[in-house]
Amino acid sequence: MSVSAIPIWIVVLIKSAVVLGVVITTFAYSMLAERKVMGWMQLRPGPNRVGPWGLLQPAADAVKMIFKEDLTPDTADPLIYRLAPFISLICAMGVFAIIPFSASADGTLWSVGNVNAGILFIFAIGSIGVYGISLAGWASGSKFPLLGSVRSTAQMISYELSMTMSVIGVLILTGSTALGDIVNAQLRLWFVIPQIIGFLIYVITAVAETNRAPFDLVEAETELVGGFHTEYSGLRFGLFFIAEYLNMITVSCLATLLFLGGWNSPIPGLPSGGFVGLGWFILKAAAFLFFYIWLRSTLPRFRYDRLMDFGWKVLLPVATLNLILTAVAVAVWPTHA
Amino acid sequence: MRKNLFNVGALMRGFSTTFSYMFKKMPTIQYPSVKKQHAPRFHGLHELRRYDDGKERCIGCELCAIACPANAITVIGAENTPEDRRSPGERYAARYEIDELRCIFCGLCEEACPTDAIVLTPRFEMADYRRGAFVYAKDRLLVPPEAGTGTPPDERPNGIPADLGGVMRAKDTVDIAEGYDATNRGHILRTQRRGLAALRQTQDEPR
Repeated sequence: MSVSAIPIWIVVLIKSAVVLGVVITTFAYSMLAERKVMGWMQLRPGPNRVGPWGLLQPAADAVKMIFKEDLTPDTADPLIYRLAPFISLICAMGVFAIIPFSASADGTLWSVGNVNAGILFIFAIGSIGVYGISLAGWASGSKFPLLGSVRSTAQMISYELSMTMSVIGVLILTGSTALGDIVNAQLRLWFVIPQIIGFLIYVITAVAETNRAPFDLVEAETELVGGFHTEYSGLRFGLFFIAEYLNMITVSCLATLLFLGGWNSPIPGLPSGGFVGLGWFILKAAAFLFFYIWLRSTLPRFRYDRLMDFGWKVLLPVATLNLILTAVAVAVWPTHA
Repeated sequence: MRKNLFNVGALMRGFSTTFSYMFKKMPTIQYPSVKKQHAPRFHGLHELRRYDDGKERCIGCELCAIACPANAITVIGAENTPEDRRSPGERYAARYEIDELRCIFCGLCEEACPTDAIVLTPRFEMADYRRGAFVYAKDRLLVPPEAGTGTPPDERPNGIPADLGGVMRAKDTVDIAEGYDATNRGHILRTQRRGLAALRQTQDEPR
């Protein structure tokens, strides 16, 4: 029985299980890595009591989350309050269905599903994820979560525009929205070089989109006591946490695919397909994740009006300019057929 | 706003600072497994010392209680009898209690003591779940007889002397109820004011 004879749904199921397992493990350890790296940057060792070098800390955290009481405030809308974390999580996980992690020599993508409009799918699902945060704050029936979710909605709308604009430059250069084509187009030159402005805007907006410091106004412990998840506890809070980190991983993978050449090796000539390609991919995504942590321990949080100013008055015009320049350049010197 | 946002040089300096700090030596001491060496005269838990012949140095003069700015010390003296000589002087401390939750570890008791009986040790691990357990009585303050005189403060090595009163051993057997009583300072001070006679009287009363 050859591989192609296995029913497609079984193949997809197995692939999904593998990807989900890997992604959840990555989540657990990216959280530990964040605490460790931030600790080092602040001259402290970070978690180091559970297991060697604190390696079992994620397991300890998970056990703690599971056994904590799951509270629902009296004023909350019970159904939406309980549903919201799942919206966040499902959207965060759904994206991984189409992210290709590497490609075989014959060009087969290592992903669960291969969608032609891959990048559009990712943005669509990612945008729905905002509903999780917005509804969580709305349904909590309390003032700080509401403020957090209102902020989140405004911030998402402002930064999603610039983010999409910055990615369109890459799409123009490739002439395709399929992630496989985008990576293959970067065989000789990563798009980070011709699209350096787009890349910078993508990095900034990606941080804002995932509600991470210095754009974490949605959570903003100091002003909003945790923002949209103030009222959440136990496993539901954990789900939001997982969703946030999965979004970070998604955005890192996307940056790798769109700008950093995906599974192509940094130096042309080195092997890049198959498992070696997977290694390159992981390395690049991990570097991006490290940058996230580095950013968090370096910059203080934005003031809200500055965040809005920055999004609308700086990022959006620059992204538009970049888009126009790219379009003109491609029209004048067509590089692909 | 523009000035701040586009000050790339400042951004780069921030990033390089945090990055270089990753490789700096951490000042962290892995506390329960590694313990810091304290200065020899670190002000920690008190102890009551003895003379070479095993007699208690404390003569129950209550100068420490008077000197104490936090009113943490309660001393109730009693007369030595020829059959039972606890200290070389006329009197000894029948009860000696320090409420370590009130204590500010200033060391004034140490300076006030005419016989160098009360001294502060570098021991600082006094945590307990029970409030009453913080009232240290003679059972935990007094150096056990087998430990001899106890190291004088001036001759202490850096760190915790091995010959401290059997604090850790005594901890689990503390009479908490007594501690709670002692935290009720008003009662104790009234007893103290009435003095030895009053204490004797309460002891002699038929139950």
